[in-house]
Amino acid sequence: MSGGVDSSVAAAMLVADGHDVTGVTLKLWGGESDSGCCSVSDVEDARRVAQQLGIDHHVFNFGDDFDKHVIAPYVEAYDEGRTPNPCIECNRHIKFDKLLRRADALGFDLIATGHHARIVTDADGFLRVSRGADSAKDQSYVLHMLDQRQLRRLMLPVGDITKERVRELAHELGLRTATKPDSQDVCFIHSDGGRRKFLGDRIPLSPAVIVNRAGQQLGSTDAVQLVTIGQRKGLGLAGNDDRNYVVDIDRRNGVVTVGPESETFDPHTELVDVAWSGTSVDGLLHIQCSAHGSRATGRLEGSRVVWDEPHRRVASGQSVVFYVGDEVVGGATAA
Amino acid sequence: MVHYLDHAATTPVRRAVVEVMTRLMCDGVGNPSGAHRLARDANRILDEARDQMASALGAAPGEIVFTAGGTESDNLAVFGTLEARGGRAVCTAVEHHAILEPVESSGGQVVPVLPTGQIDLDALAEALTPDVSIVSVMLANNETGIVQPLAQVAELVRSQAPNALLHTDAVQAFSWLDVASIGRVADLVSVSAHKFGGPQGVGALVMRAGANVAPRLRGGGQERGRRSGTQNVAGIAGMAVAATETVRDRPAEILRISALRDRLADGIRESIPGVVESGVPSEWSTDEVARPGRGNQPDRRNKTANVCHVCFEGLESEALLFLLERNDVLASAAASCSSGAQEPSHVLAAMGYDRQLAFGSLRLSLGHTSTAADVDAVLNVLPEAVERLRTAELGAGMSDISAAVAVRGSVGG
Repeated sequence: MSGGVDSSVAAAMLVADGHDVTGVTLKLWGGESDSGCCSVSDVEDARRVAQQLGIDHHVFNFGDDFDKHVIAPYVEAYDEGRTPNPCIECNRHIKFDKLLRRADALGFDLIATGHHARIVTDADGFLRVSRGADSAKDQSYVLHMLDQRQLRRLMLPVGDITKERVRELAHELGLRTATKPDSQDVCFIHSDGGRRKFLGDRIPLSPAVIVNRAGQQLGSTDAVQLVTIGQRKGLGLAGNDDRNYVVDIDRRNGVVTVGPESETFDPHTELVDVAWSGTSVDGLLHIQCSAHGSRATGRLEGSRVVWDEPHRRVASGQSVVFYVGDEVVGGATAA
Repeated sequence: MVHYLDHAATTPVRRAVVEVMTRLMCDGVGNPSGAHRLARDANRILDEARDQMASALGAAPGEIVFTAGGTESDNLAVFGTLEARGGRAVCTAVEHHAILEPVESSGGQVVPVLPTGQIDLDALAEALTPDVSIVSVMLANNETGIVQPLAQVAELVRSQAPNALLHTDAVQAFSWLDVASIGRVADLVSVSAHKFGGPQGVGALVMRAGANVAPRLRGGGQERGRRSGTQNVAGIAGMAVAATETVRDRPAEILRISALRDRLADGIRESIPGVVESGVPSEWSTDEVARPGRGNQPDRRNKTANVCHVCFEGLESEALLFLLERNDVLASAAASCSSGAQEPSHVLAAMGYDRQLAFGSLRLSLGHTSTAADVDAVLNVLPEAVERLRTAELGAGMSDISAAVAVRGSVGG
């Protein structure tokens, strides 16, 4: 229970279904943060909701694990020119590993979260993550890597209802989190300093010149680590010039190249760490490359996606998730 | 039946305290600063309570300042002295945050402790420069129950920084040590009622004559101007009853409770491998198991009678506390932060404990309502709980579901 409305309602739905429920809030981040969970007021919200539901509430401090499995790789990725998905790493190592092991040790049968996604079972009893009922809020992308042993122990109560219905239920139950805004950004990044301050406190940020394809210098940046492929805004260039998309980042030599938007599209995307949920799929896939990104269609050839239509370049380090229909069938990381 | 082993956090209110407070509140308590009969009654109750507290704390009645608890007493001692005298504050690294925060935020100096948990007197001697105006050294630690050598500290302070005041936080010590006599070397002494059977939110600071300390709360000039604000008359009366009973029962209670504590700590060390008992000489830690009758009794002379504080290797105490609670054993690990999460203990860090080991800490603290059944309950459930969590950690995955389920009935309930 993060103190948000989704996990509040998830807990309420489980209680209504007659489960023996214990609320748990994870204390993951001790540093400055105002955009995500772990603040004293969020913990208080979670505790007050648990009290309303008549269930026990505990706070587990997984801060050391979070530092090791989420923060350190996040910083390292930027330092090495990749764009990480910290939410996926948190799910992989904290919520669905550390917490699951803790739940096991404490004698719980299952864990549940407030993610908007579903778990479906095929005829052979094989479990898959599937898109939530509210496609606009779907979070199957950040759960794509869950394996059978994790899915068997997991419930996603709000995956079957829309966000609107979640808020309605919260209102009906009089939960204090009913109107709480959705969390937006990476939970450990403070909105004041943003990524720049967070990374700048941890790794040296290096400058780069911004040039066009002709080699003409258009500007400069003092932190090449913060520049992403396909980016146009925030470079200090004329924001609406359609030739000012970042098309290449040469970190070693400190050169960021901008060009027309068409150059940010690729016919294919190279992948690493391709993993299928079950058996591999040869045919057409729906493929999603960011948490709230749209889906494109393509096929997997070896370790590369061949897109049906040229696809906006995927930043190295981003998770690439494969779907057939609404169901996750596999995933990989953009090379 | 609930087994309460968290008396160091707060201990149940004594029967006689409930009675006196209930009677006062039912009958009506006037404002002691007023002029009429009800006010005079309230003032008389305060005066009597002040006499009782003075006797319990080895002070003159005029030296007792009533506060809203240990944190206020501690803050008043440090900030009040700095305001009145200027200079710098010095404290140990194992103080309660109610001392550490004021000392650190005022640019004071934190003196390290030895691995035994006791202050490093050589380091203290170095820290005691003439500009030091207050030295704060707790009598007994709130997490480990380790007792500081206050007499030696006082000697050093008198010789090296003769103008400095000595404060001791006796919040944890009062139930188990003769504070009236041991605390005599201190100019300022903090106590808190709810640690010895009084109500929460009431405390006192002994302020010896001549120890001029500026007030933190200014207003109506109550407590001789040292702490303004209408006194919590019923609470203070309750505290005085609790203090009087505590002093009266203390010699017998120390014997009774230390016997229970020794059985508890010895039992844990006998039945569970990989355990370190804080403040008990290291030859008795981890590898060796103390067995009564072998002639090698663990030496707990430097601990208060009521605390059994241990660290288990290979587990996290928040999970252990959960399993204990499922078995109706209520205990704690270290100080909790405001969010309720377990934070690594600054006390154990100061004693040089490995961070992982410190995460496996468990404080079982006894008090005036503790019985042999409480000790039995812990010894009954703790070994299996520890074993179960260690297995889960080693398992690092779901491959041991069957093993975990197998022990579920016995521990997880």
